Amino acid sequence: MISPEMRLQIAEIVTQYHFEQTELLAVLSAVQKKWRFISADMIAVIAEEMDLPVVHVEGTASFYHFFSTQHAGKYTVYINQSATAEMAGLKEIIYAFESELGITIGDNSSDNQIGLRTTSCIGMADQEPAILINGTVFTSITPSRVSELVAGMKSNSLVRDLVRIPLEAQKCYPTLHTEVRNNIRLKGPVFFCDYIPGIALKKAMELGSLDVIEWIKKSGLRGRGGAGFPTGQKWASCLASESDQRFVICNGDEGEPGTFKDRVLLTELPEMIFEGMTLAGYSVEAKEGILYLRAEYSYLREHLEVLLESMRSRHLLGRRILGTRFSFDIRIKEGAGAYICGEESALIESAEGKRGQPRNRPPFPVTSGYLRRPTVVNNPETLGCALRIILNGPEWFRSLGTPASAGVKLLSIAGDCRMPGIYEIEWGKTIREILDLCGADRTLAVQIGGPSGTCISEKEFDRRICYSDLSTGGAFTVFSRDRDLLSIVHNYMKFFRDESCGFCVPCRAGNVLLVKALEKIMSGNGTLTDLDKIQELGIMVKKTSRCGLGQTSPHPLLSTLNSFSEIYRDIVRKDVDYLSQFNLESAVEDS
Amino acid sequence: MEQSYIQITIDGREIMAKEGQSIVEAARDHGVVIPTLCDFKSLPPAGTCRVCMVQIGGRIVPGCTTPVSFGMVILNDTDDLRNLRKGLIEMLFVEGNHMCPTCEKSGNCELQNLAYQYGMLVPRFPFLFPHRKIESHLPHLLIEHNRCIQCLRCVRGVKAKDGHEIFGFIQRGINIRVTIDSTDPDALTEETAQKAMDICPVGALIKKKTGFKLPIGKRRYDVNGNG
Amino acid sequence: MSTEMGRKWIVATTSLAGCFGCHMSLLDIDEKIFELVKIVEFNKSPFDDTKEFSMECDIGLVEGGCCNSDNVRVLRLFRKHCKILISVGQCAITGGLPAMRNGIPVKELFQESYCNNLTLANSLIPNDEELPLLLDRIYPCHEVVQVDGFLPGCPPRADLLWEALNLLIAGKSLGKISMKNVKYD
Repeated sequence: MISPEMRLQIAEIVTQYHFEQTELLAVLSAVQKKWRFISADMIAVIAEEMDLPVVHVEGTASFYHFFSTQHAGKYTVYINQSATAEMAGLKEIIYAFESELGITIGDNSSDNQIGLRTTSCIGMADQEPAILINGTVFTSITPSRVSELVAGMKSNSLVRDLVRIPLEAQKCYPTLHTEVRNNIRLKGPVFFCDYIPGIALKKAMELGSLDVIEWIKKSGLRGRGGAGFPTGQKWASCLASESDQRFVICNGDEGEPGTFKDRVLLTELPEMIFEGMTLAGYSVEAKEGILYLRAEYSYLREHLEVLLESMRSRHLLGRRILGTRFSFDIRIKEGAGAYICGEESALIESAEGKRGQPRNRPPFPVTSGYLRRPTVVNNPETLGCALRIILNGPEWFRSLGTPASAGVKLLSIAGDCRMPGIYEIEWGKTIREILDLCGADRTLAVQIGGPSGTCISEKEFDRRICYSDLSTGGAFTVFSRDRDLLSIVHNYMKFFRDESCGFCVPCRAGNVLLVKALEKIMSGNGTLTDLDKIQELGIMVKKTSRCGLGQTSPHPLLSTLNSFSEIYRDIVRKDVDYLSQFNLESAVEDS
Repeated sequence: MEQSYIQITIDGREIMAKEGQSIVEAARDHGVVIPTLCDFKSLPPAGTCRVCMVQIGGRIVPGCTTPVSFGMVILNDTDDLRNLRKGLIEMLFVEGNHMCPTCEKSGNCELQNLAYQYGMLVPRFPFLFPHRKIESHLPHLLIEHNRCIQCLRCVRGVKAKDGHEIFGFIQRGINIRVTIDSTDPDALTEETAQKAMDICPVGALIKKKTGFKLPIGKRRYDVNGNG
Repeated sequence: MSTEMGRKWIVATTSLAGCFGCHMSLLDIDEKIFELVKIVEFNKSPFDDTKEFSMECDIGLVEGGCCNSDNVRVLRLFRKHCKILISVGQCAITGGLPAMRNGIPVKELFQESYCNNLTLANSLIPNDEELPLLLDRIYPCHEVVQVDGFLPGCPPRADLLWEALNLLIAGKSLGKISMKNVKYD
């Protein structure tokens, strides 16, 4: 049972968040942080204090990866298990942690001092292997670094004190205390060039809301998160929806494995993004903006809050912005570990303090979004582009890139290349040109747009990055000829299996079955019939799933079955059309 | 407000649908069968099961959550759709433990009946044999998670007497489960338990002490089924 | 009904992890059994108590899934000696009731059955070389060998079995079977 003291402390936390049901995630995060677990009893108290059904709180608490019913350790180590981490020596790191601590992944040390867990991509593909300790990021981990960290945790050091900040970063970001490096490799005309806060906003206000939207439409700007929906049209639909209240949400839930450009934008150019949000708010007549920040980026929280405060004091945010009658403010809401929350309607649900399950559509967020009010959800990069369009004009923006894909794209390049990092390129570059830029040679394959995108082989390296050919949210992951592509596909498929919200049948069950089917192939027990079955199931999941996750989750398999069919053909048996995976020896092992 | 009608076509047949209706509702009004599982009478649609997928142009959309629009041309009975629906039903059979011979709902089970309709002799996918529990602590209701298809009917349709939610969803992905508020066992009366059992399309929610009132062979789909 | 081959069809049947209910159901075809014996001869079947295959068979009917090593051996023999192999009944197709143990570790099963069981005089886990070894779970037959057809039911209705035999003997696939006789219970 729960002690009266604990009950009081939970009540205090709930009060701190003003009993707001939409703040449930924040309340749960605070409880998890303080006690290192959220038990059924604690859930009941939270439900009572917040006046929510118990099943609602339990449903939300059990949905997110970073909440646990069991003690997660005073220090919780989350080892990132993405494909790029595997390529950079994940196995050695896991081995180092396990042998240092004498426990395996999923366990705690006997005194609950340290808990060892794995997690999906944490947005550090350019500096793997990377881990999180109580929300703090550690990058480019080596086995000897593991020893140091373990020693530090055993001796009760502050996590903050374990961080090693690169010299150059110390000067640039006084409000940041992190060892994450930015790795900006190629600067361009939209993001990484001169930016003076306030000018774009002032100009937008001179133009007026309708003309701003017109400019955005004319510029040809499309969403940079991956789906590529025309931004001007989105804003116009939101403005056209009758309502007393509208919202602008910046989607900072960058979860696609291999991408990290939003992390860099929010580190380097957060003011530009916030101003972009304000500009969007002005255009759609919204008064409130929310930055939904993925939990993995919570180390940026303070850095961003300090900036928001400074923007308010400079009248770039808050009441009567730049002396006009327009008021707009931004607050930050944090996720708690769920890739699906990058999907805009799931993100809205999560921001409302619920399970991050996508909504049925229609209605779309532009008519019924946050709190069922018209809501614009944009990627940070989209908002940055919008701001630059207002500064330099739609024609200027259109002159960049290709006629059908205007402007620039930030690529998050990682994997087998000499210069992983952020590249601001104009749309239309070929894969070959980009590979040259980042110093990749002996390349076997490139994963464009992360696991939900496309895997292409050398034959296709003359294809272009643009909406009409290889459309992308920005992940660009390079695999050299030494890599085992099937194990990468396996990693990606397990990722989707683990990140499916489970709401609809094909995504929930289909992804489990696809992983199983792939494992059969990898075990050498596959046949050509099995390959056909994978194809059939993959298409089934794609066609019938409810949201973008399931509609793209079979891509790692389908795309490599297409581009690298020989790898599969080499490993399956061609002389029979049925092979059992049954093994009598292992089946009777326990008898 | 006066109800306005719009014309749609399902498999070549012209239908006057009420504006604001879903494709499934419009079809039902005119006796066109689109299979459903998670859909239930007046409950808001959930879109969990996907067996009502229909084709509009090149797109495949769920009939329960897609509103009709003017001139919509819908395909419902095609080989591709039949195969997709059958595949979804088979996924449900392998992701849980559906032991029809031991199930009180056999013969009254909507999942089973759909499987008969779609000619399932054996699922094309390997059985996952998940380890799921049976909750028997409530006085009036048994929750057999082995048979649950997470359709959300109970979550949407069964509330406590005072209207508060007692059923919910927990976990995610393949581990997603229906749960019931365990802090208040009295919230679920005998009457509510009966409602829960009636609303459940499969044998996951079973009212206690009423087993096998009607013998196998004489049940709803044994008599009227398409199987 | 006649056989096109000009000889009787050779049929093998067995019950693996099953209850022989499917065999009973085949006997339940009433007077049609006279027709059946005119066209079918059993080999390796409990119906005529032949314990071993003495010839290659046209049809193998397998009841029950695989719960132990001997089930696997027999099933593989059936696959080897039967041209067409059919899974008969829920146990063969889905694992059936025995599969309710799937997910429970073998050690716990032994413990529960041979040690904790209140009806036992002495608790002792049998460990004789002669005994087949228990598998880690029940395997439906088609997960162990290739199976050509499936006849669901617990048991499959006699009419379904009769229709299926007729189809097979006419050289047709079971894909054509009418669903009206198919029940999973």
